[in-house]
Amino acid sequence: MSVVEAATPAPEVPRSSSDLSSRARKARKALSNPWASTLAVIIAILWTIPTVGLLVTSFRPELDVRQSGWWTVFGDALAGEGVFSMRNYETALFDGSTDLATFFVNSFVVTLPAVFIPITLALLAAYGFAWVDFKGRDFLFIAVFALQIVPIQITLVPLLTAYVDLGINGTFWTIWLSHSIFALPLATFLLHNFMKDIPASLVEAARMDGAGHVQVFFRVVLPLLTPALAAFGIFQFLWVWNDLLVALIMGNLDTFPLTVRVAELAGSRGGDWHVLSAGAFISMIVPLIVFLSLQRYFVRGLLAGSVKG
Amino acid sequence: MDWLLHAGDDPGHKFLLMLIAIALFVVLMGIILFVVDRPRNPPRWFIGFGFVGAALLLLLIGLVYPALQTILNSFMNRNSTSFVGLDNYVRAFTEPQFLIVLGNTALWVIVAPIVATFVGLAYAYLVDKSRFEAVAKGLVFLPMAISMVGASIIWKFVYDFKPAGVEQTGLLNQFIVWLGGEPQQFLINRPLNTFLIMVVFIWIQAGFAMTLLSASIKAIPDDIIEAARLDGVSGLGMFWRITIPSIRPALVVVLTTIAMTTLKTFDIVRTMTAGDFNTSIVALEFYNQRFRQGDAGLSAALAVLLFVIVIPVIIYNVRQQRLSEDVR
Repeated sequence: MSVVEAATPAPEVPRSSSDLSSRARKARKALSNPWASTLAVIIAILWTIPTVGLLVTSFRPELDVRQSGWWTVFGDALAGEGVFSMRNYETALFDGSTDLATFFVNSFVVTLPAVFIPITLALLAAYGFAWVDFKGRDFLFIAVFALQIVPIQITLVPLLTAYVDLGINGTFWTIWLSHSIFALPLATFLLHNFMKDIPASLVEAARMDGAGHVQVFFRVVLPLLTPALAAFGIFQFLWVWNDLLVALIMGNLDTFPLTVRVAELAGSRGGDWHVLSAGAFISMIVPLIVFLSLQRYFVRGLLAGSVKG
Repeated sequence: MDWLLHAGDDPGHKFLLMLIAIALFVVLMGIILFVVDRPRNPPRWFIGFGFVGAALLLLLIGLVYPALQTILNSFMNRNSTSFVGLDNYVRAFTEPQFLIVLGNTALWVIVAPIVATFVGLAYAYLVDKSRFEAVAKGLVFLPMAISMVGASIIWKFVYDFKPAGVEQTGLLNQFIVWLGGEPQQFLINRPLNTFLIMVVFIWIQAGFAMTLLSASIKAIPDDIIEAARLDGVSGLGMFWRITIPSIRPALVVVLTTIAMTTLKTFDIVRTMTAGDFNTSIVALEFYNQRFRQGDAGLSAALAVLLFVIVIPVIIYNVRQQRLSEDVR
C-alpha cells in the first residue's frame, strides 16, 4: 500500500447500512453486461408475444384471421387498413353454438362457494391445531399436512361413484364439496402457520381475562389473519376458476365452467381461431383482474412456502 | 329437495343456490362455535374436536376413503367386479402404448422442472435491481394467473399449421417460412410434440420459479456479495459461486414443487392433443382409460402409479430441507 493512497482521505466511507447497500447495488449493477440484458429482453419477449398474438387475433374479423397472420395488422394499421371489432366476443358470448355467457355464470357459481367453504372449515381447524391443546393434536396435524401430497386423481372416481349413489351427481354441490375437500389440507396448513405467528402472549392474555376459545377466535385471531385469508383466498380462487379436471369429471352441461367449454371448443372447432381466441380471453379476464389487483397477497402466499397442485 | 339440488339452466336459480351454499356453511360454523362455547368446563378433547372435527371428517370421507378405494380398484378388472391381482400394473408396464405414456411422463418430470427453474432463475438474476424489475417480472409472472386451458390455446395458435404456399397464421411456422423452410405440423411428430407441449407448462411455471428465487436472491446478505467482489469475483463467477450456493434450499423447493405439479398436470396435454399422437402422460391417461375406454381397473392403477411416483420426489425434498436446516 502506497503512502499517497493511505494519506488521501477516502472520498466515500460507508457510514450507514443504507450507504453500504447502495454501494452493493452499484456493484451488482456493474455486473450486467449487454449479453445479460439481451437475454433478459429475449425471455421477456418470448413470454409476451404468444399472448399478444392471440389477443390481437381476438379483435380481427373472421376472414382476416383465416387468411393472414396476426402480425400483418401492424402493417395494415399503419396503412390505415386495419379493421378491429368486438364481433368475435359477441359471437363467443351469445351465439347459440358457443354460448359462453352461460358458462361464465357457471364459473362464478362454481368458484365463490368453493373458495368460501374451505376457508371457513380450515379457519376452525387451523385454530384448533394452533391454540387448543388436546390429545393427539400433533399427530392429527401431521396427518392433515401429509394429505397435501395426495394427487386428486386418486380420489376422483370413487368420489364420483359416491355422489351417484347419493343421487347428487351433476349438481353444483358435488363440485363445491370436492373442491372444498381438496383444498382443506393446504388451507389448514397455511392458516395454521399464520396463526402460529400470532404472539402466544396475546392469546394467553385474552384467555386469562376469561375469554373462551370462541371469543379469542373472533376477537384476537381473526382480525390479525386478514392477509393470510387474502393470500389463500386468491390461491383458491385462481385454482378453482382455472380448474378443468374436477369440473369435467364431476359436472355436466348445467354446471360446466368456462374452462371445460373453452377446452371443448379447442377440440371441436380447433380451426375457428376467431371464436377460440375471444373465448380464451373471456375465460382469462376475471382471474387476470383478481391476480393483478391482489398480486401482493398472492406473492406473500407463495413465499409462505406453499403451492397447491 | 330437487329445487335445492338442480338449478337447470336458470342463472338466477344458480346464483341463489350459490348464496344458500355459502350461508349454509356460515351457519354450520356458527353452530359448531356455539356448541363448543356452551359447556362451563368442557373437556379439552371436546373443544379440540369441535374446531378440527368438521375438516377431519371431510378429509376422511372425501380424501382418505376414496384413495383407499382406488387402490383396491387397481387390483380389480375393468368393471371392478372381480379381482385380477397385478394384471393392471403388468399391463401398464408392458404394453407398448403405456410404455410410451410412462416414457413421456418421465421426460416431463425431468425436463420441465429443470428448464422452468433455470429460466426463472436466470431471469430473476438478470432483472434483479434493474430499473425495469417490476414490469419485467410482471410479464413472466402473468401466465400463472390464467388457466392451463387458456395457456394451451395461446400456444396452440403459435404452433398453428397451414399447408405450404398458403399464408401462415401460426407464428412458429411463419418463422420457418421466412427462413426458407417447409411449414410443419408440430403436434403430430414424436418426440418433438411432447417437448412443444411442455413449452406451455414451462411458460406457466417459470413465473413461479422466478418469484421464489428472486425473493431468495434478494435475501443474500449484501456483505457476502461485497466480500466476493473485493476478492475479484464477478459476472458468471458471481452467479455460480455466490448466488447458486446461497439459494440452494430454495432451488430444491422450487424444483421439487414444479416436479410434483408436472406429474399432476392434465389440462395442457388434453387441450393440445387429447393425448393423441403419442403425447399422453399418466395424469391424462388415467382420465382417458376411465372415461374414454371405460377401464376402471387400469385407470385406478395409473392413478395409484401417479401417487407412487410423487413419493420419492417428496422424500428428496424433505431430506434436502433437513440437510439445509442442519447446516444452519
